[in-house]
Amino acid sequence: MQKMQEHIFCVFTLRLALTLVLNSEICRLNGHGYIMDWQAFEISIKLAVLTSLSLLPIGLAIAYFLAQSRFSGRGIIEAIITLPLVLPPTVLGYFLLVGMDNNSLVGGVFMSLTGHTLAFSFVGLWFASIIYSLPFAVQPILRSLEQIPPELREASWCSGLSKWKTFFKVELPLALPGVITAMVLSFSHTLGEFGVVLMIGGNIAGETRTVSIAIYDSVLAFEQHQAQTMSLILLAIAFVTISIVYTFNRRNSRSVM
Amino acid sequence: MLKLNLQQTLPLPLDVELECHSGQLLALVGPSGAGKTTVLRCIAGLQSSQTGMIECKNKVWFDSESSQNMAPQQRRVGMVFQNYALFPHLTVDENIQFALDANQNSNGHTAKRLLEKVNMIGLGDRYPKQLSGGQQQRVAIARALARQPEILLLDEPFSAVDKVTRRKLYLELDTLRQDLDIPMILVTHDLDEAAMLADQICVIHQGKTLQQGTPEKILYKPRNTAVAKQVDARNVRSGMIIEEDSELKLKWHNYHFTLREKADFKSDQEVNWTISPAKILLHQRVRPSRGTRENPVSGIIINKMTLRGITTILMTIDQAEEEQLQMDLPEHVASRNQLQVGETISVSLLAEAIHLMID
Repeated sequence: MQKMQEHIFCVFTLRLALTLVLNSEICRLNGHGYIMDWQAFEISIKLAVLTSLSLLPIGLAIAYFLAQSRFSGRGIIEAIITLPLVLPPTVLGYFLLVGMDNNSLVGGVFMSLTGHTLAFSFVGLWFASIIYSLPFAVQPILRSLEQIPPELREASWCSGLSKWKTFFKVELPLALPGVITAMVLSFSHTLGEFGVVLMIGGNIAGETRTVSIAIYDSVLAFEQHQAQTMSLILLAIAFVTISIVYTFNRRNSRSVM
Repeated sequence: MLKLNLQQTLPLPLDVELECHSGQLLALVGPSGAGKTTVLRCIAGLQSSQTGMIECKNKVWFDSESSQNMAPQQRRVGMVFQNYALFPHLTVDENIQFALDANQNSNGHTAKRLLEKVNMIGLGDRYPKQLSGGQQQRVAIARALARQPEILLLDEPFSAVDKVTRRKLYLELDTLRQDLDIPMILVTHDLDEAAMLADQICVIHQGKTLQQGTPEKILYKPRNTAVAKQVDARNVRSGMIIEEDSELKLKWHNYHFTLREKADFKSDQEVNWTISPAKILLHQRVRPSRGTRENPVSGIIINKMTLRGITTILMTIDQAEEEQLQMDLPEHVASRNQLQVGETISVSLLAEAIHLMID
């Protein structure tokens, strides 16, 4: 019965997303140009995918380190990682912009290597997104790693498995719901990011102009229809991805714990 | 054979010395917080003490002097955790295969054969959460054995199961261990469990091993009052050694008891002594006295309690005010002799049953 309900739920979610996409006439031109800014859409998706993929090893490494460590400064480190969650995006964006300046260390190195400024580039945006979405990747993984009883790790060692093998065969499978949540949340969060993008990336078409910026532009230009279409698409993507996480995690928690 | 001595002051004071031969089961007994599990974790290599040495099968696993400390993966240890620590995302078969895969020379052991050994045939594709506590324990033992361990460590393996299952598992472990030619260490706070299963008992209290010996020795001949207290010796009294008719005797109030074990003692020495409640001899009413060499004592029954066929009598002692002794009798003996509260009875504290302790 439960399975049936979940199946219906999934089908319903997909159909809703499909309907939204088809009804929005995204494939047609009208007098004011494209209803859907495909270029911005591509930048957004590319940015979200790259950010969440980069955050997989980074989030795992930081969460694993924090889950293992018992030192007193742990709270401070966790606080720093969680900071982007509560900081106004403009504040974070400002500091990142200053940090990416050609006179700064990071910006200077990037400039000497590529000849471009780090700010107002896709790479700069990518870098900023990683920092901005860090708490969304670290927290779920950390919580699920912490829930693993320490005896399981020790039982694996006592069975003769190295720490690496123990990580891949015991800890990672058990923390999988957290890892998937982390990936999906950082993907969705990056997709919806606005303030930081505006501060770091500006609004360069084909480089740093994401869907959320395009929506903002449309609203300013009184292009209501265009703004609505793109907003609905972002809404649908967010809803579908989050639903997948909840469905997967519920199924997983029933089969394992 | 396992030999170890461990010392540390922090975080928990530890002063432990014990040894366990191959094929022998040693029970590490003590109250919770005594450091039993810490000792086990030190043997497994999950933590280490400040100083000491652990040697198993002539291999040094830990030696603080030469700064040698093998990782748990290098020590061939079969560990059964208190809550079994089965991997919840793996089936029973996979749990065992997990340990088999990690060890190349599994000597033709298969998950199936190991499961057979612990009476778990046909349950290989279940997940741990689908098993009862007793079944989980069996899988944990099978997984520990999959490693072909050089020592088997059992951390309170019976505490997570109910009483009925526990009795069944006692018998199974007793059968299983017959085939194992490795040292086995069982951590428990249950003295009866230790006495029933172990060849050797080591009493540990506040991180210090107090005495190691056979269950008989630990229970009836504790080294000192500290051990006696840990093994719940019920009749511990103090007295004085005196010389009477050129023979050392135990003076307790107005009684002068003949002794068997007296070689280490001298006249006028203050001692503690104990007698097991089960070794106090009840006199039949028709033949009350058997001579003073049998150390007769009489008194009044002030309480009587029966549990599982054993009647415990609490009696006061004539000529020794405020002293009481406990005596255990088979229930049928108590009823045959019609022992009732308020009645006067006489008993013998036989010389061979009296155990003397210096401190």
